[in-house]
Amino acid sequence: MKKILSVCLILMLSIGLLAGCGGDETTNNNEGQAGGTENNAAAIKIGGTGPLTGGAAIYGLAAKQGAEIAVEEINALGGLQFELKYEDDANDAEKAANAYNVVKDWGMQISLGSVTSTPGTATASKNYEDRIFALTPSASSTSVTEGKDNVFQMCFTDPGQGAKSAQYIYEQNLGEKIAIIYKNDEVYSSGIYETFIAEAEKLGLNVVSTTTFTTDSQTDFSVQLGEAKNAGADLVFLPMYYEPASLILTQADSMGYAPKFFGVDGMDGILTLKGFDASLAEGVILLTSFSADAQDDMTVNFVTKYQDKYGETPNQFAAGAYDSIYALYNACTNAGVTADMTAEQINDLMIEQFTTMSFDGLTGTQITWSSDGTVSKDPKGMVIQDGVYVGM
Amino acid sequence: MKQAKMNRTTRSNLITYLMVIAFFVIFQILIATGNVSSLLKGQLVPICAYVVMAISLNLVVGVSGELSLGHAGFMSAGAFSGIVAAGYLQTMMESETLVLLIAMIIGGIVAAAAGVIVGVPILRLSGDYLAIVTLAFGQIIKSIVENLYVGYDANGLQFSMVKNTLELGEGGKMLITGPMGANGMATISTFTMGFVLIMVCLFVIFNLVNSKSGRAIMALRDNKIAAQSVGISSSKYKLLAFVVSAAMAGMAGVLFALNFTTVVASKFDFNTSILILVFVVLGGLGNMRGSIIAAALLTVLPELLRSFADYRMLVYAIFLILMMLATNNPKLKGFLQSISAKIKGAVGKGGEANG
Repeated sequence: MKKILSVCLILMLSIGLLAGCGGDETTNNNEGQAGGTENNAAAIKIGGTGPLTGGAAIYGLAAKQGAEIAVEEINALGGLQFELKYEDDANDAEKAANAYNVVKDWGMQISLGSVTSTPGTATASKNYEDRIFALTPSASSTSVTEGKDNVFQMCFTDPGQGAKSAQYIYEQNLGEKIAIIYKNDEVYSSGIYETFIAEAEKLGLNVVSTTTFTTDSQTDFSVQLGEAKNAGADLVFLPMYYEPASLILTQADSMGYAPKFFGVDGMDGILTLKGFDASLAEGVILLTSFSADAQDDMTVNFVTKYQDKYGETPNQFAAGAYDSIYALYNACTNAGVTADMTAEQINDLMIEQFTTMSFDGLTGTQITWSSDGTVSKDPKGMVIQDGVYVGM
Repeated sequence: MKQAKMNRTTRSNLITYLMVIAFFVIFQILIATGNVSSLLKGQLVPICAYVVMAISLNLVVGVSGELSLGHAGFMSAGAFSGIVAAGYLQTMMESETLVLLIAMIIGGIVAAAAGVIVGVPILRLSGDYLAIVTLAFGQIIKSIVENLYVGYDANGLQFSMVKNTLELGEGGKMLITGPMGANGMATISTFTMGFVLIMVCLFVIFNLVNSKSGRAIMALRDNKIAAQSVGISSSKYKLLAFVVSAAMAGMAGVLFALNFTTVVASKFDFNTSILILVFVVLGGLGNMRGSIIAAALLTVLPELLRSFADYRMLVYAIFLILMMLATNNPKLKGFLQSISAKIKGAVGKGGEANG
């Protein structure tokens, strides 16, 4: 009996130790409270949820880290202070609702919504019910903003990306025969597909093959690639996140099929994926609003800080979150928001600001929002050369 | 002797009812006085749904003694038929409670029908084979829903399993869009309805277990050959337990789905089935009160562990292992019993001294 008791005690102690270590290493990273906010009472509390663990963690972590850098910069300026807290939603609607409630209990005054679309839909309706203003950096589905006057997006909507991709392919004359592979159980992927195909028909693009996959079947793409190859497609459109895309690139390479690949913003992150041979991504074209190798002061400043702090190159999720914080900062300054206002008061001021203001950030200049919450900005075409994005 | 035994089960059932009622009343008071965090408040309905899932699975696994690994499939069948029913009924009815009630009944009927279709052939199997087939059933339901498109317009409900889109008329609305699941539902589930559902399910299960049919089911579990030799029909009684359990899971599914604005078919996958089986196993096979406590605790636990950040799921796993050891270790059980005996003794002495 004593033995069991001691084993239990040892276990408890080691849990405590582990947790302690975690805290030490990652106070700034994991607790989600960016530095420089000793005076919590005077800071506006910004909360967000994102997949910090699981398959989509790269997006959640990037968004969180990007937002942290922006918050640090803003707090260093003096004046208006921000405090940031991110909670894990594991890319699941049920957990997202819980994570949202955690940050709400913490006293969130402005929300950063969710990072990905399915949780984003769940949290956006809560934002609407609770009257807490939300600006999501990257939840791009239309169902996130639909019917909610206080939820805004920093990224393109999925339909917007689909139409813009088709136009881009048409204008740049990138492919004669186009194949599409998309994930039909994901709001993001099928949303882009639907508008892409509609726009492609309008423009007279020749789509020769359309194949689908789901979460359960995203390990083998030989059928889809085989069909595209047999149809003689010279451009494959991949409206999906980078993980399945990396497998498609690998499998296409192993079957000796080398068309042009065209991705959307979810493709971003493929170069830093562990276990993926980045040389396979050479020549991949993607439509995204941020490029880490741009030479303007703002981008250089952000990329340097991000690399110093987290040791990796920021992707456009990080840039989107960084921009979101600055957009909120501008709106707060213009509207004279102070930390002692309630979430509902801030909400009304923010709606007014966001429908009238124009914003210059990393992901575009002269960015404006319409009253339905969608953003208007121009995407940039990027091509991967020697392991970095180069503007087309 | 028989009288004493009956009393013991009645008392035990009564404690379970009272526990659920106390839980409900305490939370209602806490909500009314504003002492509940929004996190816990948001979790109340999912807790109710998981509790019903756990006690209904316990009927199959604990009472009937059949290992089912596809319980989330019934939840899914109920959830999506309930979503369709609720979405359509809301165009005609005002009362949310009534809509939810009808949606739950429809969800229960659909899940029960699925239970009959699956149960008739597979309950001839036992042990590992039954587990494998129920596992496959969960996947089949998921695949069906992922290819199902349902919408409604002025002409009524429209279904399709072939086309990706439905040609809906003016004012039409999609209810289920294949793999993307259901979007934009009104969240009409309430804690009160969840509580009522738990009570109804407990009532049904306790009465079933204590009835002639229940004793037949347990006799079949304990010794199939002996039970059949006295004329108990194996397939009839096993099917009874299986279908009742499926219907309850379907109703829990409706309750769960209508608590969120979006639900996808992949939510009700193998992992969810296993999660519910974990509730049942840790709560104790055949022990309804244990299932309820385990389901409630293990639903809240991952959220309470948020302060561990990245190590959250690791700590959760350690908790599961500790719980498993604690509930199954004879030495620890003896230790706990001796403590409770001491406490009882102390209280008894105190009482005597006072008296």
